[in-house]
Amino acid sequence: MGPIPNHIAFIMDGNRRYAKKQGMEEGAGHKAGFLALMKILCYCYELGVKYLTVYAFSIENFKRKPEEVQCLMDLMLEKIGELLKEESVVNQYGIRLYFIGNLKLLSEPVRVAAEKAMAATAKNTKTVLLICVAYTSYDEIVHAVQESCKDKRNEIEALYASKVSNGVTEGVEEGENINGTIEHDVQGSCESSLSKSQALNTTRACNGVIRVEKKKGVILHAVQGSCEDKWDEVMSRTSNGVTEGVADSKKKQWMHPTIKLVDIEKNMYMGVAPDPDILIRTSGENRLSNFLLWQTTNCPLYSPSALWPEIGLWHLIWAVLNFQQSHYYFEKKRKQL
Amino acid sequence: MICLLTLPPVPLELKSPLSFRTRAQQQQHSHPFSQTLRSHTVPHKTLTGGGTATTTVANVALSEHNDLNAAEEDEPLPAELNEELMPNHVAVIMDGNGRWAKQRGLPTSAGHQAGSRSLRELVEICCKWGIRVLTVFAFSYDNWIRPKVEVDFLMNLFEREIKSQMQKFVSEGIRISVIGDSSKLPQSLQKLISEAEEKTKDNSRFQLIVAASYSGKYDIVQACKSLACKVKDGVIQLEDISESLVEQELETNCTEYPYPDLLIRTSGELRVSNFLLWQLAYTEFFFVKELWPDFGKAEFVEALISFQQRQRRYGARLS
Repeated sequence: MGPIPNHIAFIMDGNRRYAKKQGMEEGAGHKAGFLALMKILCYCYELGVKYLTVYAFSIENFKRKPEEVQCLMDLMLEKIGELLKEESVVNQYGIRLYFIGNLKLLSEPVRVAAEKAMAATAKNTKTVLLICVAYTSYDEIVHAVQESCKDKRNEIEALYASKVSNGVTEGVEEGENINGTIEHDVQGSCESSLSKSQALNTTRACNGVIRVEKKKGVILHAVQGSCEDKWDEVMSRTSNGVTEGVADSKKKQWMHPTIKLVDIEKNMYMGVAPDPDILIRTSGENRLSNFLLWQTTNCPLYSPSALWPEIGLWHLIWAVLNFQQSHYYFEKKRKQL
Repeated sequence: MICLLTLPPVPLELKSPLSFRTRAQQQQHSHPFSQTLRSHTVPHKTLTGGGTATTTVANVALSEHNDLNAAEEDEPLPAELNEELMPNHVAVIMDGNGRWAKQRGLPTSAGHQAGSRSLRELVEICCKWGIRVLTVFAFSYDNWIRPKVEVDFLMNLFEREIKSQMQKFVSEGIRISVIGDSSKLPQSLQKLISEAEEKTKDNSRFQLIVAASYSGKYDIVQACKSLACKVKDGVIQLEDISESLVEQELETNCTEYPYPDLLIRTSGELRVSNFLLWQLAYTEFFFVKELWPDFGKAEFVEALISFQQRQRRYGARLS
């Protein structure tokens, strides 16, 4: 007996095929799929699996027939409402809900319901259910990349603000809060001999408010507001004792600080949970379909041929047993290294 | 012991000619997301031996492969395979060399030697059967923690292999590309790789991409850094960062077909292990229990048969 996986992810594939197989109408397949989800949620809770992530609706799925998309949206709205009821399994099991994806792509009622559900269950701590809707890994990664760039930009701005203040001696005039551009004759030893007049030019280039504060006898300049467009110019002019041309110092400044893997990871929608230990895709298909590409790179993919509404406890136990065997093998290998 | 599921055969009634992206469609739209499936039927052709490729559908793929006909006579496409449904880009995680050696009481290096033989054979078959790109996971960024003896042996093996195969690459129109953090590779290997890439850069019959010191996550991080630089330089705006811009910055931008159609992993492991990450979004996986040195033509045919049976929908739905 080995460890229980902390996080299992499911690609819930096969609802429509199930409906066809049972001679039901298409919408009924998705309803059966929801029941299967509740079943799996209970099993996971009983087994002690803390996180459960499911692929409910991909951004690519918006390309389906409008009737099917609408049917799925209506089902989501209906089921979110049910889950929030007092007697629902969510409250019974203390489940925290997350809706992961580009929620802006959802229709207003669904997005509002999702946000309401997340807020209502925010204090639950026993199990976490992450429902990926309007999700693709591509969208998640692009969003994380954009946010990382924004973070770095802000970091550099803050870094500049503190760098300008370093090494400034009593030659500096005291600043005042004024609107519009101001010029400071920054004397004394700045970190770089280049930055003296350049800092001047920088402040001239800025159209926003320059707030000047006095902190511990040192002048701090904070470049705010519409200066964001000029932030890179600002950065290029602040150099760390580097005397090469502005172009080079521009590049060097950008390198410090530089974007790292952790920056991207912390901006992922799925940053609220650890990586899955197991990924299960039903209906026998053996591909990821743009689901959790980043998070599942080291976890096994199991592909039982059962359609999603047919999934049962046996499939879960089988996956957990395989995880335990594989875990034992990797632990052994790790110890050898 | 790892329990491995094999795919059940797809029932005939679920197969639809419209659901397959044929070689012709793949040629014209290498980016899967711009692909709209067309309703045209392509006469299926079974090659039992060498012969001139004829088809009623004009497509670039087949005309470019006419020069392969002579080669096909040595290695004809097996009857079970449909030439129209061959993948353009196959990716392989060559796992199991160490275990293969251990099973035989040999040192790990013997396993890697045997593995390089398997790779040479696969390159030949892919070339002959008209596959355009083969990407192989030779050495992961995560593998640097392995024992120094093994790592050094592998670096030497890469060098020896590139040197010994160079003439063949040139004469057979094979382009070699290496992706990954090459700064960690020995200087001599880095130099050899640059020379090999330069010498073969205009070859267009087949491309072998070797992922060495590669990590799918770091590929995305470096793409992100490139994009950040472009934003900083004012070349693009932050809001312009999109899926296609990310794709263009990934290391697989060295090929016309950056997304593998089929990924094969040997030795029974059911995971991607930080191989191509972004590029595998819609790739069909085929997990094989054989160890890499035991992977040959028969196993490859099995993988291709499985691939050709699959319905690829890319998130949409086909009635």
